[in-house]
Amino acid sequence: MTPASAPRSKAWTARKTGRRDTGYTGVPPWVFALAAAGAVFVLLPLAAMVAKVNWGQFIPLITSEPSLTALGLSLRTSATSTVLCIVLGVPLALVLARASFPGQRLLRAFVLLPLVLPPVVGGIALLYTFGRQGLLGRSLELAGIQIAFSTTAVVLAQTFVALPFLVVSLEGALRTAGTKYEAVAATLGARPTTVLRRVSIPLVLPGLASGAVLSFARCLGEFGATLTFAGSLQGVTRTLPLEIYLQRETDADAAVALSLVLVAVAVAVVGLSYRRPRALPLQAGTK
Amino acid sequence: MTFTLSATLQARNFDVSLTLGSDETVAVLGPNGAGKSTLLGIIAGLLRPDSGHAVLGQKTLFNLDGGNSHFLPPHTRGTALLAQEPLLFPHMSVLENVAFGPRAAGASRAGALQTARHWLAEVEAAEFADRRPGQLSGGQAQRVAIARALATEPELLLLDEPMAALDIHAAPMLRRLLKRVLANRRAIVITHDVLDALMLADRAIVVEGGRITEEGPTRAVLEKPRSKFAAGLAGMNLLPGTITDRGLTSDGGLDIAAHPEDGAVPGQAGVAVFSPTAVSVFLSAEHGSPRNSFAVTITDLEPHGDQIRVHAGGLSADITPAASADLGLTPGMTVHFVIKATAIAIYPA
Repeated sequence: MTPASAPRSKAWTARKTGRRDTGYTGVPPWVFALAAAGAVFVLLPLAAMVAKVNWGQFIPLITSEPSLTALGLSLRTSATSTVLCIVLGVPLALVLARASFPGQRLLRAFVLLPLVLPPVVGGIALLYTFGRQGLLGRSLELAGIQIAFSTTAVVLAQTFVALPFLVVSLEGALRTAGTKYEAVAATLGARPTTVLRRVSIPLVLPGLASGAVLSFARCLGEFGATLTFAGSLQGVTRTLPLEIYLQRETDADAAVALSLVLVAVAVAVVGLSYRRPRALPLQAGTK
Repeated sequence: MTFTLSATLQARNFDVSLTLGSDETVAVLGPNGAGKSTLLGIIAGLLRPDSGHAVLGQKTLFNLDGGNSHFLPPHTRGTALLAQEPLLFPHMSVLENVAFGPRAAGASRAGALQTARHWLAEVEAAEFADRRPGQLSGGQAQRVAIARALATEPELLLLDEPMAALDIHAAPMLRRLLKRVLANRRAIVITHDVLDALMLADRAIVVEGGRITEEGPTRAVLEKPRSKFAAGLAGMNLLPGTITDRGLTSDGGLDIAAHPEDGAVPGQAGVAVFSPTAVSVFLSAEHGSPRNSFAVTITDLEPHGDQIRVHAGGLSADITPAASADLGLTPGMTVHFVIKATAIAIYPA
């Protein structure tokens, strides 16, 4: 039994203090060169696009009626889809991280499938589920509900592609947090729902938040599944990416201006979620 | 109002039965991996045994015998668990941590906070009420964890090496605190420390290989150990074997000459117990009777207080550093351990 239960960083190892690294980092110089190339590869196209912006027409272009309609639709549907991702994704992540049952690995693989699936394939799959001639579509149509080519279809398409982002980051957070706190809470007399509400979820809140932000960003950029399953009706299913694609044919300046708006929203979203990740004090008392 | 338990868990080779009186504290001792934490996990409801039953007062915690499958979930058992690490919920203040149990039991927010303040004061941690767990030292956090466990008014308190993760300065204060709060309480304390067993517990149980190998009042277990593990805790050498009319023949084939305790019958299983300080070390065999002399090979030498402890042949001897230097002892050397017959106690196992 060692008295110190957590490894402490020795005084002589490099420690991140503020923005400066002090001491030895162990990164060879050529790695920095390749990293710089990688950064340029990501940033250069963005810079090229910014250089192409017609600044004189910028405000009128992004405030034109179709643009505002598309932006509004994008924000509304993405927000709804994110809520749906949380409602469906939190239980999925909990079940994958905590329970153990036959077929669990298979379930995880299928939940993560939309991450690697071409979105247009996802759109086709959704069409054959909720479309008029689809698996559920016929029953839904009898009940007077038509989903394909409606705003609901946009939300479903976005949820389909964005759900894995939430499940992956939340499941990771749950596994990192471990079950020790939950076991203690249970022996203190808390029923499972109380443990979930007051211990499990608060402990993984940073993971849940970043998962939700990533899902939102993915929803905002959704194109292929939406176009296939929901079509491109102005004000109903034509989200901002679809609007940009359409404008590119007729008015390149408008497409570039709207792209910049999407980039700005994306940067804001990523900036919010990737603020310095604060490590959870998993071992309270060992400082 | 007793607590009785009988449980087996094949996967961990665990088979233990035990009974606790209403205000009794029992210390559970044993080597790593012996099944001590399994015992607490089964009582708390975090592990499901294969068979057995447990009753706490009026409440049947589980009954898996004879086709029954009654198993209470942890939150309905009234058995608070205190682990090595305090495991205070990092997102709550100290006060909210302690109020967690009463809140879960259905107390109003104000009532739970009042209960929490009471228990914080009880463990002399009232001044930390508004802090976050991350702002506490290990000892302070463990005090708060004790308050949090006590605030649920557990019928049985389970402590899993509560002092193991503390530095040596924090342990004595916590030990005093535990002695006070465990005085009129039923508790099971897992510990590696003889001092904890002596100070906190009325009774000691030694668990080895998933079985109880020794059980009795703490003092008796340490004064007259019958298992190798308890002997080690008490700092004694122990040789199990068969009692003969002139002493004991050890399982390893050594003949030990000493006077068996009254009532020991030759042929009975017994143990020979002697202190390392009673062992002298010689380079050649000594044959002045009534002495015992065993040829042994040194495995290790280590400092022990102001003596040198010589480990050889599963036994140990304490000699002065000067004597060790004179003899030129090194691991691998063959020496003779010599013990006076009068320094050896032989009694039934």
